[in-house]
Amino acid sequence: MTINGRAVTAEVEPRTLLVHFIREQMRLTGTHVGCETGYCGACTVHLDGKAIKSCTMFAVQAEGADITTIEGVADGENLHPVQEGFWERHGLQCGFCTPGMIMSAIALLEENDRPSETEIRHGIEGNLCRCTGYHNIVRAVEYAAAKIRGDEPPPPDWERGS
Amino acid sequence: MYPRQFDYTAPASIEEALSALGEDAKVMAGGMSLIPLMKLRLFSPGLVVDIGRIPGLEGIEDTGDHIEIGALVRHATTASHPLIAENAQALATAASLTGDVQVRNRGTTCGALAHSDVAADQPAGALACGAVMVARSSNGTREIAAGDFFVDSLTSALEPNEILTSIRIPKTTPGEGSAYDKLGCRGGHSDYAVAGAAAWVRRSNGSITDARVAITGVGTKPQLAEAVGQALVGTDGSDAAIAAAAEKAVEGVTVLEDLFGSEEYKTHLAKVYVRRAVKAALTNVY
Repeated sequence: MTINGRAVTAEVEPRTLLVHFIREQMRLTGTHVGCETGYCGACTVHLDGKAIKSCTMFAVQAEGADITTIEGVADGENLHPVQEGFWERHGLQCGFCTPGMIMSAIALLEENDRPSETEIRHGIEGNLCRCTGYHNIVRAVEYAAAKIRGDEPPPPDWERGS
Repeated sequence: MYPRQFDYTAPASIEEALSALGEDAKVMAGGMSLIPLMKLRLFSPGLVVDIGRIPGLEGIEDTGDHIEIGALVRHATTASHPLIAENAQALATAASLTGDVQVRNRGTTCGALAHSDVAADQPAGALACGAVMVARSSNGTREIAAGDFFVDSLTSALEPNEILTSIRIPKTTPGEGSAYDKLGCRGGHSDYAVAGAAAWVRRSNGSITDARVAITGVGTKPQLAEAVGQALVGTDGSDAAIAAAAEKAVEGVTVLEDLFGSEEYKTHLAKVYVRRAVKAALTNVY
């Protein structure tokens, strides 16, 4: 398979989950293991361009696939617009859900670069965050959407007044 | 959280997959239901037969009088494909409300049907739309009506030597429409159904001439609410007629209490969602 543009080959047991392969064999620990039951989305990566949960897939199923993890989204020192949005709009607190959240947000924006707030909330329905209450995550995705379109991002809540 | 050890094969053809099947083998398509069960060690097959690499199973095709959905069609595709939107709205909506974005990108419609969860969405859609399941074994192919397919909790009519290779849905003709709605376990439409209903109706000259209604989440399996369908036929589809028919939502159904609702609450929800689904199906008639 290809991970973040790099061709990799390995022997694995059939029961090796893709997330463990990525973290332990590929040493890419940005992809997190959260609930382990397919709910939380912390393990979200892109498989052939689609967001999937790598804790609910065997590594062998991904043979030949093109995988992108959180380590593969920035362009060198330049953050991906979604990463920048999380930074600029304070879209995280503890950061545990953030890699998966960002991967889901990127997949959403690749299909729709002008999502409504409802569409953003639906787009990250498979990702749980226990810190933020999602509010600033939505703002971060709105910021990124504007950046991707080449528009001026909406001002942060703290500058909008109440 | 690793599953127990198992052998794995990813055959390149259906024939090869069929010959690999046996008592201790399990078919896997997207794995969205199977892998969590294996990780929790609630189920530990000795051999996983991964049909995910078999070509020719990922299409949705117009076969003349039917729409055929192949074994590897993902929920996301069922939810968004124009042929399904036109001919099986109940199934399209049910697919769009299955799991979450990531699950819909991997899980398959046929897999969800074969898994036969009591609270899954798409079985209700398949029942209401009059789907026929196409099961293949080394002995040949047989067709199973949706009404005979869901046997019990996590139990379908598939034999251990069979693979659900596709489902067929009769194409919609003018005057027909279908819809699905549910209350999800996490509120709104999220997660499995606390209760859900799919409805298919045929209307002619202002009255309902045929109807199929199915419920999920409330009983021991997704099933047809036959009494509702019968009660709708001959009516004008007015709110009053729909409400009266919906009162029969759990007639002949063993309503089971679970973590998400008492028997009384689920019975109430079944009626509410049957009403909503029938009303929406009538709105969807074209």
